[in-house]
Amino acid sequence: MPSPLRIGGLLAAGLLLPVPALAQDALSAGDTAWIIAATALVLFMTLPGLALFYAGLVRSQAVLSVVMQCFAIACLASVLWLIAGYSLAFGDSVAGWIGGLNKAFFAGVTPDAMSGSIPEIVFAVFQMTFAVITPALIVGAYPERMKFSAVLWMSGLWLLLVYAPVCHWVWGGGWLSKLGVMDFAGGIVVHATAGISAVVIAVVLGARRGYPEHVRPPHNPGMTATGAAMLWVGWYGFNGGSQLAADGGAGMAIAATHIAAATAAMVWSAIEWIKFGKPSLVGAVTGVIAGLATVTPASGFVGPMGGLILGFAAGIVCFYAVQIVKFRLKIDDSLDVFAVHGVGGILGSLLVSVLALGAFGGGGLAEGQSVGGQLGVQALGVGVTLVWSAGFTFLILKVTGALTGGLRVSEEEEIQGLDIVSHGESGYDIGR
Amino acid sequence: MKLVIAVIKPHKLDPVREALTEIGVSGLTASEVKGFGRQKGHTEIYRGAEYTVAFLPKVKIEIVVPDDLVERTMETIKAAAETGQIGDGKIFVLDVERSMRIRTGETGDEAL
Repeated sequence: MPSPLRIGGLLAAGLLLPVPALAQDALSAGDTAWIIAATALVLFMTLPGLALFYAGLVRSQAVLSVVMQCFAIACLASVLWLIAGYSLAFGDSVAGWIGGLNKAFFAGVTPDAMSGSIPEIVFAVFQMTFAVITPALIVGAYPERMKFSAVLWMSGLWLLLVYAPVCHWVWGGGWLSKLGVMDFAGGIVVHATAGISAVVIAVVLGARRGYPEHVRPPHNPGMTATGAAMLWVGWYGFNGGSQLAADGGAGMAIAATHIAAATAAMVWSAIEWIKFGKPSLVGAVTGVIAGLATVTPASGFVGPMGGLILGFAAGIVCFYAVQIVKFRLKIDDSLDVFAVHGVGGILGSLLVSVLALGAFGGGGLAEGQSVGGQLGVQALGVGVTLVWSAGFTFLILKVTGALTGGLRVSEEEEIQGLDIVSHGESGYDIGR
Repeated sequence: MKLVIAVIKPHKLDPVREALTEIGVSGLTASEVKGFGRQKGHTEIYRGAEYTVAFLPKVKIEIVVPDDLVERTMETIKAAAETGQIGDGKIFVLDVERSMRIRTGETGDEAL
């Protein structure tokens, strides 16, 4: 969401610096209605979409724990967003790096306060659902082995120290937006931050017991597909809503989003079919998510052809990224947060420099901006975001580990499973 | 009385139950179980990672029958559960010392 202003397909993104709440357009009932609906769609992505997507991929003794982690992070992130997160992201900028505390506790966000053509409270809550899903994405890095207390501390600190600043840089009028970085719905803000942090967590926390030879396969692929389908539907609100208007630009973002998801799923399935002899459901829906993550930063800047190309690239690149992270680097980013979300988001953030061109059906780059120049800005944005996210995630893990007496449950508890150990419940007790 | 334990392919449970009912077997207990025999397991591939599934899902049925029904019970299960493929399962027969129907207190064959 480069701006709460209408940008339309033809307007150059770089011309529109994000200045939320400053533009005092007249309220558009159409825009407001769509963003309220989109807000619900994005929350639906986390609850229950992402929760089910992840729940199906873990062993049966940890099914409830990942659902609980997603719910708990959703609650925690929402409250922190009200208290300080929104202000750190969208408050008055402190040197372009972080928002001030002038909007803490939604100060000044009255029903009359406007953000472009929608009430600021609608914008703030729409943004809150992004703040919910981003730390929840990282759940995929550490299932089956992290203490619940550590999950809460880490996620809360991460929201304030990683998500909020990067959100400010890109969407809150910070230094990256001043450079004209293009990140329509969160390739950098959401997927790059979550993806690289997932790798750091997986390395610091260590692999699941028995990894890689003796971990359990996904216990319920059907549950994973159900969650992926909800994510796909919700993504209409994520990308289409990031237009912050009910117009052709939102429609085009949804079109590109949908085509990218469909294309990436077909490519991923084709690779599996050739390589392994059978196209799997888990593979197809992983392709869907890879396509969605990849198109996210580009969705409002490209046309359907851009979506097709992004989806094609996502299917190939993310498939091999999984193989490299898991089997070559031997990092147990258990549910492939980095390979699918991180790599996808970064890929889309770079490719948008080319695919936004009119020749590919996009809305064009900012006036006077070359493909090379834009690519440089994108690469800088991605690079700084990766360094910042990785560094702070490492620090947060050290602090969290000290606060919780270690990040991991004991080996015995890991064998027993987090459902019983952390939450005292079982997903599949029969006979009651 | 004998206890007949049969481990069969899950989709053969209904044909076996129907065939046993026809020869006068008045009840059975079925459980979903996992195991391996000559069929071994199989491999599953998720996101490029190969997982060996060593234990395959089977259904175990337990039936207690009067001595004179044992042969027919075994033959009936064999006929109904057979596909001719590896992994069709096995049948075991054990002695049963005593039995009692909880509701009435009947014992022996009467309790079956």
